Amino acid sequence: MTFAEFRQLKTEGYNVLIDLTAVDRSLYGVCQGPMGWERNFDSGAPAPRKERFELVYRLASIDPSTGLESKSRVEVRIPLAEKSPAFSVMSLWPNADWLEREVWDMFGIPFQDRPGIQRLLLYKEFVGHPLRKDYPLNKRQPLIGPESGELEGSPSFNIVRQEIPFE
Amino acid sequence: MTQKTFFLNMGPAHPAMHGVIRLILELEGEKIVKADVEIGYLHRAFEKHAESSTWNNVLPYTDRLNYVSPLINNAGYCLTVEKIAGLAVPERGQYLRVIASEVSRVADHLTCIGANAMELGAFTVFLYLMEGRELLYQLIDHLCGARVTTDYCRVGGVKGDLPAGFAEKCGEIFPKIRKFVADSEALLNKNRIFLDRVEGVGTISKEDALAYGITGPFLRSTGVPYDVRRAHPYLVYDRLDFEIPVGSRGDNLDRYLVRLAEIEQSLRIIEQCLKTLPAGPHSLAAREVKEAADFEDMGKRGNTALLPRCAAKTCRTLEGAGREHTSGILVQEPAAVLPPKEEVYGSIEGLMNQFEMVMWSWGARIPAGEAYQAVEGGNGELGFHVLSDGSDRPYRVRCRPPCLFIMSALPKLLRGSYVADVVATFGSVNMIAGELDR
Repeated sequence: MTFAEFRQLKTEGYNVLIDLTAVDRSLYGVCQGPMGWERNFDSGAPAPRKERFELVYRLASIDPSTGLESKSRVEVRIPLAEKSPAFSVMSLWPNADWLEREVWDMFGIPFQDRPGIQRLLLYKEFVGHPLRKDYPLNKRQPLIGPESGELEGSPSFNIVRQEIPFE
Repeated sequence: MTQKTFFLNMGPAHPAMHGVIRLILELEGEKIVKADVEIGYLHRAFEKHAESSTWNNVLPYTDRLNYVSPLINNAGYCLTVEKIAGLAVPERGQYLRVIASEVSRVADHLTCIGANAMELGAFTVFLYLMEGRELLYQLIDHLCGARVTTDYCRVGGVKGDLPAGFAEKCGEIFPKIRKFVADSEALLNKNRIFLDRVEGVGTISKEDALAYGITGPFLRSTGVPYDVRRAHPYLVYDRLDFEIPVGSRGDNLDRYLVRLAEIEQSLRIIEQCLKTLPAGPHSLAAREVKEAADFEDMGKRGNTALLPRCAAKTCRTLEGAGREHTSGILVQEPAAVLPPKEEVYGSIEGLMNQFEMVMWSWGARIPAGEAYQAVEGGNGELGFHVLSDGSDRPYRVRCRPPCLFIMSALPKLLRGSYVADVVATFGSVNMIAGELDR
């Protein structure tokens, strides 16, 4: 899928970008069992793909006068390898601006025509991209100092609690 | 004289910024040249949490998305999971979900109109409508035992049937709500002070609203009669008779009028549902689990008709047998359903069944698959995109919050208006921070 094809969809009447999101497929079909990480063979899930990420665009064509959708909705999926940039569709649908910022924020997928893209929900000093599957659940983030992130070891730094051994 | 602009910071703790959101306004005198919206102050990592909770445990988190109409979120999430699993909820359960959603929608609209009116000085209206909302909260409390954190739907059904006297209670409450709404209409609709603040302020065109992906009452106020309940009917909305009120100018006044009209439509839907409520079970039955030996005995005694309804219970500590049972529990089986609370608290089997369902890696497993399901939330299309890889937890849950799209258009709405209009416009779009930031 290229930008020209998106433009083609727009001229065909898909005037609403309903949603844009991403999926990190790196652990798909691998579930955490009692013995640690294992392949979940009986789930029927296909093996993880070569590309780590997948961008999901949902397009609808809503007729302004009748309010009904004249065509069925389109779901566009773009597989993306790690660190390979996506392209922005902001010029076609203005709400892609925030959605792309959210995708960058949560998954760290860069957009090649938006070099200075900013986080949407999290703050500037946040380290990492939380919806990646390798982002640890119990990771602590530095509290925000006046200028930038506090250094580790400073009094306001959120120190990771020691795990209490379980008997 | 050179014209200079200056910046004004509104929020995140401004009293008119419902919840927490920050607006950075570039002003020229009192006129807004440019507005910037900063969100994320209420980010609670709903999507990350969902990935580490079992299927049914995600449900309480959905209450906290749009906390003014939590029942709609519950229904939306459950519908999406059921779509993947291929479960069909009994008809009564679908009616109950519609009733719950519409009660919630009325509460949502009453809150929005009341708060908006209060910010513009009409405190009496606020008190009237809050009293109406209180009655609805009591109704919700009656239905599911909590006022705000309702958690009413379950994957495969609802928490419980209608309590005794629910329909009578509705019959008592609805005339009162209609009276409150009529009183508020009488106070506001011809009120010069109110009209001056809302008429022609915060205008957006149909095309722009669509380009920003705005849905719900906001989009309808611009004149586009798009409603998920009509465009993509879910539950039993295709059998119910309701109108879609639309505005024409897309200003604050139209948004207020559309919400007022929708309250009446929602009340009508509930009345219809209560009239045509079918009898029968409200949820899929949790599968009866029997010991393997009992199972055999039943067959010997010739009770073969009952056998397909039961599942054999095998020891899960034995690796081979345990695995089979765990994988068997999920696929399109009603065993994904939590047992009813009466059984959980009333019998040891029910309690064990519930405990096994919520225990780590023992619970229901939804077959691998992916689904997107949209419902009409209080503010527009509330979509859930859920991906399952066959384990006991969702692989990815994406919530499409209707507020996010409205907020991304807010700079456009505010540009060219005055600082005082920010309060009127912001109040009329009904931003819910819990849903916006997730």
